[in-house]
Amino acid sequence: MTTYIIFKLILVLVLFAVTLGVAMYATYGERKVAAFLQDRIGPNRAGPFGLLQPIADGAKMFMKEEIIPNVSNKWLFILGPCIAITTALLTGAAIPWGNVININGANYSVQVADLNIGILYIFAVVSLGVYGIMIGGWASNNKYSLLGAVRASSQMISYELSMGLCIIAIVMMTGSASLNDMALQQNGSVWNIVPQAFGFILFLTCALAECNRAPFDLAECETELIGGYHTEYSSMKLGFYLFAEYINMFISAALISTLYFGGYDIPFVNDGDLSTNLAATLQVITMLGKTFFFIFVFMWIRWTLPRFRYDQLMKLGWNYLLPLAILNLVWTAVYVMFIQPLI
Amino acid sequence: MKLTNRSKIVSNKEMTFSEKLYIPAIASGMVTTIKHLFKKKVTVQYPEQLRPMAPVYRGLHVLKRDDAGAERCTACGMCAVACPAEAITMQSAERKKGEEKLYREEKYAAIYEINMLRCIFCGLCEEACPKEAIFLTDRLVDTEYNRQNFVYGKDKLVEKMDNRVDVNKRQTIDVTAFKLATDTKHNELFSAKKIESKSHH
Repeated sequence: MTTYIIFKLILVLVLFAVTLGVAMYATYGERKVAAFLQDRIGPNRAGPFGLLQPIADGAKMFMKEEIIPNVSNKWLFILGPCIAITTALLTGAAIPWGNVININGANYSVQVADLNIGILYIFAVVSLGVYGIMIGGWASNNKYSLLGAVRASSQMISYELSMGLCIIAIVMMTGSASLNDMALQQNGSVWNIVPQAFGFILFLTCALAECNRAPFDLAECETELIGGYHTEYSSMKLGFYLFAEYINMFISAALISTLYFGGYDIPFVNDGDLSTNLAATLQVITMLGKTFFFIFVFMWIRWTLPRFRYDQLMKLGWNYLLPLAILNLVWTAVYVMFIQPLI
Repeated sequence: MKLTNRSKIVSNKEMTFSEKLYIPAIASGMVTTIKHLFKKKVTVQYPEQLRPMAPVYRGLHVLKRDDAGAERCTACGMCAVACPAEAITMQSAERKKGEEKLYREEKYAAIYEINMLRCIFCGLCEEACPKEAIFLTDRLVDTEYNRQNFVYGKDKLVEKMDNRVDVNKRQTIDVTAFKLATDTKHNELFSAKKIESKSHH
């Protein structure tokens, strides 16, 4: 039991560090990807290939002057970024990064918490994240912040519906709401992307909207709302909001890999043939590889597509994605009932 | 009225089903951007890598000395008059005995200042100079932290004899001949005045 607790504690710390590290380097990656897609080089002055750029940015964020507007509600103003970063960091706990590690003859799951309702947990925590944005925007006492917050919340509520329906389809296929079960079920068999290709596109669209990323970055569109909900924020509070956004992107990418691309399943290799610990190491690497690929896809989409207009966003969410998600649910039911038994 | 051949007739036609899906358009857009990922980067890494400069680039000015090392400028003020940005100021002084090696003619510029923030690098000072003393070069004005440092005095403008500035690209034989020619457009006023003054006598 002690080993179990120590292992989990170490895992929590490692996950915490990795999440922050990935979020840090995602900002660097974002700038590099943007630069490369625009025929530029991107940051390359701080350290070799500009690899120290995130550290320089972080130091800058810490050293900047902290401004809290007089007319704002001070406590809520501070609470906003706290909620955003906390909820963002909480989500990683339910993601299965690998199967099991064998220590002294006992198997430990490479997942902080194998909840039997893992997907619901993530969904719930992500939904809480919108409070960070809403409270921050409201407490700023600024019309742009408020507009950004209102947009963010209504957008998240609208897209959560279709996202939930896509997830229900996956739960129907797996017969379980545990993320580890979903990964295990795809392990060695066909990945969910094949029967759920349509659902994947819907889920990806909703994930972009949930992360407030282009083309759905209406909550902070600089051209209309200055900075959106974080207009009044400065220093590390702003840093927390931006950080939360990148962590959310990391978790979304991990979630997409788990739900549709076999999770930690190593392609073309039968994981059972390898020794437990080797398999676990390779699985974690595979999982991270898949996750990084989807982070790249998120960035790729951001630097390709222009932003939606607000009414178009709402129309897309309610008029198209929601009915299509229901249709996908019907298809999944047919698949589970009639096609799956044949395979 | 049609102004250019590039105008396009805008149509408000209904989008077809495949266009309404946006997916093909998005996919083709993504392909376009991913192609750029592998293209040659256009960035010029400035301090290490310099872009080629035109030989007649109009950059930081130089006040030339003649081959013996005497300053050519006589503080006639033609450049200051010609300057559209009013960036040039000067104070003249009379050459003393024993200063013949320093100054070419009996009058010289004791103070000669160009405000680099005002200067528009048009080159009219160079064109106006009758003594071939001021030239624009392919050097750049350095960045500074305060405005006062942008007012360049003689210490920065006059060329050093151990580090002479080559202005051959700007002071070609053609240019010199053009400047002296009285029958060309730019000297019309000058020659007309000359003729006028001649007829008075």
